[in-house]
Amino acid sequence: MEEKTNDLLKATPEQILYAKILEWGMYFGLLILFITFGLYTFGIIDPYIPLDKISKYWSYNVHEYLVHAGIKDGWAWLGMLKYGDFINFIGVAILAGVTIICYAAIVPTLLRSKDVVYAVLAVLEVIILSAAASGLLAVGGH
Amino acid sequence: MRINGKLWAMILVGLFLLMVWAPPAFAEASAEAAAGDGHAWWFWPLLLFVVTFIMGILAVLGGVGGGVLFVPIISGFFPFHLDFVRGTGLLVALSGALAAGPGLLKMNLASLRLAIPVALIASTCAIIGAMIGLALPTNIVQIALGATILGICILMLTAKKSEVPEVPQADRLSSALRICGVYQEASTGEIIDWKVHRTPLGLVLFVLIGIMAGMFGLGAGWANVPVLNLLMGAPLKISVATSKFLLSITDTSAAWIYMNKGCVIPMMVVPSLVGIMLGSFVGVRLLKIAKPTFIRWMVIAILAFAGIKALSKGLGF
Repeated sequence: MEEKTNDLLKATPEQILYAKILEWGMYFGLLILFITFGLYTFGIIDPYIPLDKISKYWSYNVHEYLVHAGIKDGWAWLGMLKYGDFINFIGVAILAGVTIICYAAIVPTLLRSKDVVYAVLAVLEVIILSAAASGLLAVGGH
Repeated sequence: MRINGKLWAMILVGLFLLMVWAPPAFAEASAEAAAGDGHAWWFWPLLLFVVTFIMGILAVLGGVGGGVLFVPIISGFFPFHLDFVRGTGLLVALSGALAAGPGLLKMNLASLRLAIPVALIASTCAIIGAMIGLALPTNIVQIALGATILGICILMLTAKKSEVPEVPQADRLSSALRICGVYQEASTGEIIDWKVHRTPLGLVLFVLIGIMAGMFGLGAGWANVPVLNLLMGAPLKISVATSKFLLSITDTSAAWIYMNKGCVIPMMVVPSLVGIMLGSFVGVRLLKIAKPTFIRWMVIAILAFAGIKALSKGLGF
């Protein structure tokens, strides 16, 4: 009886797996973000927008900012990773992407335990988050 | 010791208010800063770091998420456009949730079983909310943000909490999804068997919560907890932990929309993240000596002020 209660108190295998990946992704993302921010602010890698010009841009709305700075939206930052400001997007993308990996990772565990409904829900979540990440969802401007 | 705690809290709140009020310099200088003169490039990021550090402390002591303080205060008193503040606010809330999530899941306080269906709805609607928020004129979003913040203040003042709500019978949907669990209350050692009810209504409310989270970049713990705890009947600890974890999913979807739209400026994001995180660490330590009730009142007052400021900004006063 006591053993059964102890088992119930423990997190399920998929929950533990999810937690481990989330933890790893969080630490990795933050580490990358801090390193790249150091490279940026200490001028080790030149930024696309010079540091002394950055305050010109952040009071614009995002549409004006992109036009004035000559930056493309979506995943265009991948082509600008040689710049100190844009390498920071790697860490941000890891932090924003780790949840997708967590969900994808628990699907096999859910299927093994014949939890088909939750496996389907997890797959749907992967699709939703991937659609958001893809940049394909059109957003109107101001 | 208690006096010390109160003193510390007052000093912190005073410093915080000084930071956000003292420079009407801020509001006026914002135009100058926008024109690129006045301050060195590091002035605003450094100030952002200091303010978010204090915000992180107040958030822990006041029992609110960092995101809900970040957006109204930073958009109200800093020269940054609301688009970037919302993008940064989502990443601030996301990072907090990512930091807390693994521990809460491992301790089995956050329930993945409860979170998965709720998160699917909230994250889908957060995408819609983000798209609406980015398509609407800024002043409309600002007015809606101000109204929402004032609503949150009322919610914080009036909402009750129930440690272990009575759930006579699980509803059919939650039974089919097997949304239930067991946890041990650390203070008493009691084993608590929990289940939820009114799941369909709860899921409908998460449509609204998701839209608001995406539209304003606020995080949504302020709304998640009452719905999970008071409406659906999950124990308070399970509700708080699951809500915190839930933000890591809801905010992920909205954060991608903001990021793909270009609303992420690293010089705003990193100082804010570091400031809030360091402030949270200090806040947890100060929790032993500070008076949380007093801080909570102060947080509500600051939020109300920021809400009024957002409203007046949106209305063009």
